[in-house]
Amino acid sequence: MAQIFHPSTNTISRVSIYGAVFIIALGGYVAYRVNQASYFTDINEARQQPVPFSHKHHAAELGIDCRYCHTSVETSSFAGIPPTHTCMSCHSQIWVKSEMLEPVRESYATDKSIEWVRVNAVPDFVYFDHSIHVNKGIGCTTCHGPIGEMPITWRAHTLYMRWCIDCHKHPERYVRRREDVFKASYAPPSDQLALGRKLVKEYHIKSPREITDCYTCHR
Amino acid sequence: MPSLRSNNSPKASRLPQRPLDLAAARQGNQTEAGRHFWRSLEQLAAEANASNLLSNEPSHSSASESGVSRRDLLRLMGASAAFAGLTACTKLPREKIVPYVNAPEDLVPGQPLFYATAMTLGGYATGLLVESHMGRPTKVEGNPDHPASLGATDLFAQASVLTLYDPDRSKVVIYDGRIGAWSSFLTAMTSARAAQAASRGVGLRILTPTVTSPTLADQLQRLLAQYPEARWHQYEPCGRDNAREGARLAFGEYVNTIYRFDRAAVVLSLDADFLCQGPGSVRYARDFADRRAVTGPQSEMNRLYVVECALSSTGVVADHRLPVRAGEVVQIAQDVASRLGVKLGEGRSESSNASRWIQALVRDLQQHRGSSLVLAGEQQPPLVHALAHAMNHVLGNVGSTVIYTYPVEAHPVNQLQSLKELVADIQSGRVEMIVILGGNPVYDAPVDLNFGQTLLKVPLRVHLGLYEDETAELCHWHVPQAHYLESWSDARAYDGTISIIQPLISPLYEGKTAHELLAVLMGQEGATPHDIVHDYWKERTRSENFDATWETWLNNGFIPNSALPAKAVTLQAGFAARLQVSPPQAGGGSEELEIVFRPDPTVWDGSFANNGWLQEVPKPITKLTWDNAALISIATAERLGVTNQDVVRLTWRGRQVQAPVWIMPGHADGSVTVHLGYGRRRAGSLGTGLGFNAYLLRPSDQLWSGLGLQVEKTGESYLLANTQSQFIINAHGRHEELESIVAARRDLVRVATLAEFRKNPNFALDPPEQTTRAPSLYPNFQYEGYSWGMLIDLNRCVGCNACVVACQAENNVAVVGKDQVSRGRIMHWIRIDTYFDGDVSQPLAHNQPLLCMQCENAPCEEVCPVGATVHSPEGLNEMIYNRCVGTRYCSNNCPYKVRRFNFYLYSDWTTASFFGLRNPDVTVRSRGVMEKCTYCVQRINRVKIQAEEQNRTIRDGEILTACQQACPSQAIVFGNINDPGSRVAQLKALSRNYGLLTDLNTRPRTTYLARVRNPNPEIET
Repeated sequence: MAQIFHPSTNTISRVSIYGAVFIIALGGYVAYRVNQASYFTDINEARQQPVPFSHKHHAAELGIDCRYCHTSVETSSFAGIPPTHTCMSCHSQIWVKSEMLEPVRESYATDKSIEWVRVNAVPDFVYFDHSIHVNKGIGCTTCHGPIGEMPITWRAHTLYMRWCIDCHKHPERYVRRREDVFKASYAPPSDQLALGRKLVKEYHIKSPREITDCYTCHR
Repeated sequence: MPSLRSNNSPKASRLPQRPLDLAAARQGNQTEAGRHFWRSLEQLAAEANASNLLSNEPSHSSASESGVSRRDLLRLMGASAAFAGLTACTKLPREKIVPYVNAPEDLVPGQPLFYATAMTLGGYATGLLVESHMGRPTKVEGNPDHPASLGATDLFAQASVLTLYDPDRSKVVIYDGRIGAWSSFLTAMTSARAAQAASRGVGLRILTPTVTSPTLADQLQRLLAQYPEARWHQYEPCGRDNAREGARLAFGEYVNTIYRFDRAAVVLSLDADFLCQGPGSVRYARDFADRRAVTGPQSEMNRLYVVECALSSTGVVADHRLPVRAGEVVQIAQDVASRLGVKLGEGRSESSNASRWIQALVRDLQQHRGSSLVLAGEQQPPLVHALAHAMNHVLGNVGSTVIYTYPVEAHPVNQLQSLKELVADIQSGRVEMIVILGGNPVYDAPVDLNFGQTLLKVPLRVHLGLYEDETAELCHWHVPQAHYLESWSDARAYDGTISIIQPLISPLYEGKTAHELLAVLMGQEGATPHDIVHDYWKERTRSENFDATWETWLNNGFIPNSALPAKAVTLQAGFAARLQVSPPQAGGGSEELEIVFRPDPTVWDGSFANNGWLQEVPKPITKLTWDNAALISIATAERLGVTNQDVVRLTWRGRQVQAPVWIMPGHADGSVTVHLGYGRRRAGSLGTGLGFNAYLLRPSDQLWSGLGLQVEKTGESYLLANTQSQFIINAHGRHEELESIVAARRDLVRVATLAEFRKNPNFALDPPEQTTRAPSLYPNFQYEGYSWGMLIDLNRCVGCNACVVACQAENNVAVVGKDQVSRGRIMHWIRIDTYFDGDVSQPLAHNQPLLCMQCENAPCEEVCPVGATVHSPEGLNEMIYNRCVGTRYCSNNCPYKVRRFNFYLYSDWTTASFFGLRNPDVTVRSRGVMEKCTYCVQRINRVKIQAEEQNRTIRDGEILTACQQACPSQAIVFGNINDPGSRVAQLKALSRNYGLLTDLNTRPRTTYLARVRNPNPEIET
């Protein structure tokens, strides 16, 4: 009886059995990279906004405090997006003819909101609270990146759970003095760890076991 | 004749639907040695037949319902497993952020605001604080400063926010069945007004429900001044005519009665469900429960005697309950009254053979002169009310436990008489125009008045209502009514305190208030409801700085010191003679069956029929959902040869309806109780067609009960979705593995009399070998910071269901519908289990609210393969939805049966109007996810973050769980058990404290205070 399988089948099967390990591992690696790619994470992708608002200009160059616009960041879970009125408090005086600012003036005149495109977001099952982070010495730029260098705003970090947990496990690596929290350009000091450990104690930041508890963010 | 739609489709596979064997049920109760608590007659019957109880996990058989075969299932599973992994890789959707143009001053995005307002039921107000998220009212709480609330609410207030967002609410002006416009309505009213003005309003009639609003009453008076010949009628289907007429019988005038349960040591309720129904019930429950707070052997307790027909929530709490037919309550009242020394008319001598019960009751009342209290139910005839007044006089209770004031209602009338006059006027053709300001008389007026047909004779009919209901259908104009959360108005509470009702939101649709409609009738078309109410009070107050006063009122939620002052009353001279009026049915003892009409405990008179929360909340004691039933006693059922879910034909005075039977332990024999509010034809997409319409039997001369009912078996059966047999905790140790546990004390409900408690204050404790035996290889976890715990006082719980609906509103708990409820898939995180104890025909009943026990050694946590349920360092048993893959192992392993699984996409993710309703701090769960009580972790976290920011610890009482906050009787206490000074820790230290199934070493964080009853030793030893 003739052989059903050609002798080369042996080689093919050997290669595919041993290769399977590598193929699966490669598949997993590709999936991971895709998941981390900016296509999925939206990192460094500047979003087109109705008005090309520049944090670089306002926050860094002019030195306007974050809280001038994001008023509820110290008291609420939501930092707050400024109402048109806030924009107009300056722009009724300066750049009143600017074409770029036409949507702002129109919004103010017609009483219709400006629809900004959201840049930083976590899923709906995550209950992030700005006020507690700011009060415990986590700076704006720790999560929002070098906002003072962004002519148009982009997302600086994945905001994935793994990224959150990194800080919740090691807050001393990121915590800063409360007076530095709203600095748009902040570089951690060389002795961050020593400072961080001191501040963790001083600010009563809870133990990693407590703040990595699921109900801290999920409910 | 309306017939019931049969829901028993052949392929349905619900819970085992064995017909109930009544003889076996009786036997099952007798064979048990020692004290035996049971949940349902089905359970007793099953025990007698030595068959197993329902499996612990009744809800989870889903195979055949959708007709999917095993092969199809496997094929689908393969595909879904392949796709399931991909769902984690979705991109977050792009979202917009839409800020204000000009932000409101007080609003902080992300922080809720609370506004004081009030809700009326039957005209009477309860003060509320309503939570608003970014302008959306999401949750109703009681106003702690309001006398009718003291911070708590009833279930109707809790559910009212759902009605606001109900997509079935009427949205536009309807003319002649077609969409009309408010402007054309105004035009039509202008000409109608001109016609009426010419005839001094001779053909104009206004029909309202009970009015306590000073502003509305003032408007009506001015309208009547403008049209002197016009008439204002009031009608409420479940109103207080009997109380009003009873007061007139006793005192010759209408007076309002306020009860002071905080001063009453002995209470006799003559068919009054005062803890759960009627104006002031929320306050009464609190005052009553405060007198039952037993802390140690020295504590004193009040004593409650209840004479009633169907077992009510108040009856469950009673120390002594006498089930009698509704029509016989009057005889008991007369008997007690005459023994107390009330002079009755001639020919009514003391019956010599009064029972030991009555004699003991009379002695008890006499021993508590000035601190006793007799009250009559709204549904009892005026005579019983008059007798109650007389008894309170004789007992010297007036001024101490009973306070009389001027009427709370703006214009108290005999509403039935009022409606009859209206019908007579219409019949005689005198009515040219009728304006119905709320209410649904076509559905709920007495059947012999034939209101629907009569109404059609009126040439111009205008209806204002929340829904396009039965009455709207028969009216030319239907104007959508603004919900109270959209309205400006005012109203009085049970003691007369005036609340300003302020809106939380602009009308979602074209809703108008009664104030606006009346203004239109008076030719003041542009008047806004705010201005009408504001200007009325401005004129009244004549204060220099009225606007500041007004702001204070709005902020506080009521006008200070506006409660009605006490009023002196004198019993009428001819009182004794009047009492000779015996009710027509006083014969008693006859073989005739009695029919008893009562408002439904959850949908009331039918006005809440389209509210899914109220339809699905299991009714007290019967635990029926989505239906009403003919409630009868077990003896009556045996006599009639019917059993649960048999459809019977009820024939009374020539009228018929068909109704399914439900046997209620403790119901009086020879009587059939039917609840009003069902069988709606036009309630909305949820409420239409549910249950049977008991109004079709209800004549104007016997509104609440009558003899001569015929009951015939039809041979059909009808599925009633009942939760009493679901989620049964296996407490009997019948299973073999449990029998091996030595000396395990598993009584879920622990109860003793006050005498027993004094003799043995530790009666509720587990045997010592049970508490010390805590086998574990690991050392116990040390809770260093907060350690949350809860305590539920069974002595205080009245089983009113406010907690269940409050939890549903707070935690976005889904409504699943009748079919799913009958499969055991109700989603409530907290349920109230009712246990019976003793004789099947006259058992004691006990309520037990049950929620997640937050076990220290939680069985659910050990079996979760994906770590979706874990323990927090503060002792919470956490449920993480986004991790859950839906194995349901946790639910199977939960001995308390408190976990709920989303078998389908129960939450409504598509109806836009519900988006506003949701609590933004709680995840809206999707299909395939387990959920359960979290101790309202969103509230814990909110307060915790605030405290952290202020660098302090959380104060005791700062966190209230939703169930705790709503509870009228303060039965639920939550707090940090690590803090020995906290209320919860102190109460847990009482000897009455016990946990459920502690022999399993679950170490529950929710524990109970055992119930202590206070029976009269002369009756029960």
